Amino acid sequence: MKHDITIDIRNLVTGYSPGRDPNVVTCGINASLRSGELTCLLGPNGAGKSTLLKTLSSFLPPLDGDITLLGRPLRSYSNTARSRLIGVVLTDRVSLDNMSARELAGLGRTPYTGFWGRLSADDKAIVDEALELVGISGLADRMVDTLSDGERQKVMIAKALVQQTPVIFLDEPTAFLDYPSKVELMQLLLSLSRDHGKTIFMSTHDIELALLTADKVWLIDKPHGVATGTPEDLALDGSLARYFEREGVKFDMSTGMFSVSFPTRRTVAVKGDGARYNMMVKALARNAIALSDASSDEIVVTPDAFMYGGESFCDIASLLDKLL
Amino acid sequence: MRFALLSIMVVVLFLLNLFIGSVDIPARDVMEILLGDDTHGAAGFIVMGSRLPMAVTALLAGAGLAVSGLMLQTSFRNPLAGPSILGITSGASLGVALVLLFFGGSVAIGTLSIGGYAAVILGAFVGSMLMMGVLLGLSSLLRNDLMLLITGIMMGYLASSLIMLLNYASTAEGVQNYVMWGMSSFNGVSMRQLPLFAGITLAGIFISLLLIKPLNVMLLGAGYAANLGVNINRVRNMLLLATGLLSAVITAYCGPVSFIGLAVPHIARLIFRTDNHRVLMPATLMCGAAVALGCSLMCILPKGFVIPVNAVTPVIGAPVVLWVLLRRRK
Repeated sequence: MKHDITIDIRNLVTGYSPGRDPNVVTCGINASLRSGELTCLLGPNGAGKSTLLKTLSSFLPPLDGDITLLGRPLRSYSNTARSRLIGVVLTDRVSLDNMSARELAGLGRTPYTGFWGRLSADDKAIVDEALELVGISGLADRMVDTLSDGERQKVMIAKALVQQTPVIFLDEPTAFLDYPSKVELMQLLLSLSRDHGKTIFMSTHDIELALLTADKVWLIDKPHGVATGTPEDLALDGSLARYFEREGVKFDMSTGMFSVSFPTRRTVAVKGDGARYNMMVKALARNAIALSDASSDEIVVTPDAFMYGGESFCDIASLLDKLL
Repeated sequence: MRFALLSIMVVVLFLLNLFIGSVDIPARDVMEILLGDDTHGAAGFIVMGSRLPMAVTALLAGAGLAVSGLMLQTSFRNPLAGPSILGITSGASLGVALVLLFFGGSVAIGTLSIGGYAAVILGAFVGSMLMMGVLLGLSSLLRNDLMLLITGIMMGYLASSLIMLLNYASTAEGVQNYVMWGMSSFNGVSMRQLPLFAGITLAGIFISLLLIKPLNVMLLGAGYAANLGVNINRVRNMLLLATGLLSAVITAYCGPVSFIGLAVPHIARLIFRTDNHRVLMPATLMCGAAVALGCSLMCILPKGFVIPVNAVTPVIGAPVVLWVLLRRRK
């Protein structure tokens, strides 16, 4: 699939200008979003993620710089034209007592429907298709307020699909979801970009998931501004470490992930192999014990026991009790 | 089906309002009077000159207040919004009180000329629009139930403190008239004034009907609505105009009728189980008419006693508010 640039950002300055002196949030953003790609925006709270998303969705005017959407300046589009190009999923919790998932997703047809907003047979088919695609056809007639957070988020994504926009922005869609739902949602968004050519841009706090799934990652924070690239390139050029490493959080080049590190308390030698060996090492790391072949303490992992200090233990818990 | 039943209810209640009143007139006489027989003297005058305009007023006022409440609830995304709770009717009352004072110090709406009426309505309109403007400015705060209620109540207090000052400067008769007006009734519109009242009310209702599609999208909040191509400012302005017009004209003529705007949209939702304004708005209009006609009937006690409308509406409104609050606790 061809990955064309759908949104191009040059020298963008985001922020608010309530009175005379503007309140700059992020400046000098140069980046682009491509079709068929899932791009994640990562950064701490208050770094300007929402402000950037609002600016790109035209909720906020940029303080300076250019945003180009499909070859034309973003501000040159009318409300209606833009509503057919950019769909959003916001953090606002939608609380509706008497609206079904199908009706809510159907509101995504608003840019296309007539004066009364009535859905045609074609519109209804598009809604059903979108609900099917996000995997909630079975819940279509359930009232929105009876759905779980994950299901409701899928309805909102269905709404964005029904809107049939090439670009979809999502503001922290994985917040408030349990872990399996987060993974499921990321997989859904990935397949929407891969298989349907959508340009998907989302902010999130789930760094690990983003690094595992996203095609591109944008890092944003106050001291460094914005850095963009594939998760791997950002690992290699040290950006990930620069943006997120701090006391106790280390970027691990071997996995391309962050790991939680503790100051080493002691060292121990471990012999063995396989999953049992790996888990033993992990348990030691968690307890701030480093591996060292030179250590006089030795743990031997065999297929049916963990041996330490001449004793044999059936599980890691009992060995740790002895060791610590 | 539900719409058919509701229509029948509105028609029956409307007719009951013509047949039942503080003066006993035999049903057959009422029939004949309605069919154009003008030989019944005083009874004819009562039916055609008093009961008919009163029933039409109740019908339109109920529908107008209810639809205002519905639009406020949707745009503030708060089920407890309504013209009286938010202090919009207090704003209108203040406008009315101000104009009446300037028209000679006597607060007696019944004695005014048509020009005077126009001034009263204009005063009410400016007052209610002013309130709406302040509320829209505060709208981000008003998504919280408690903040909304407190803001509305405080605005109401502010308006009533000014009204109290005006009353203090007024004559005893003026105060009594103002107090009577404050209790609300649907019989303040004579046959001669009915066209103006009906015209403005229908205009407000017409503007409301134009907002059905954007209101549905606004259920999702302003962000989603803007993204779906809705021009939020234009819709807000039209909403301001419709709600302001309806609250103003109804308050000027009928007094600050309480609870209908707040409670009726919930009754309509309860019956139709939908948030879709294509269904909910006509349903609310009809329920509003039915409730106001019902309240108007309940005001007529045996032996010729008539009680004010605001003595009846809280009986319907207060339980609805409690029901909404309790249901939202879950």
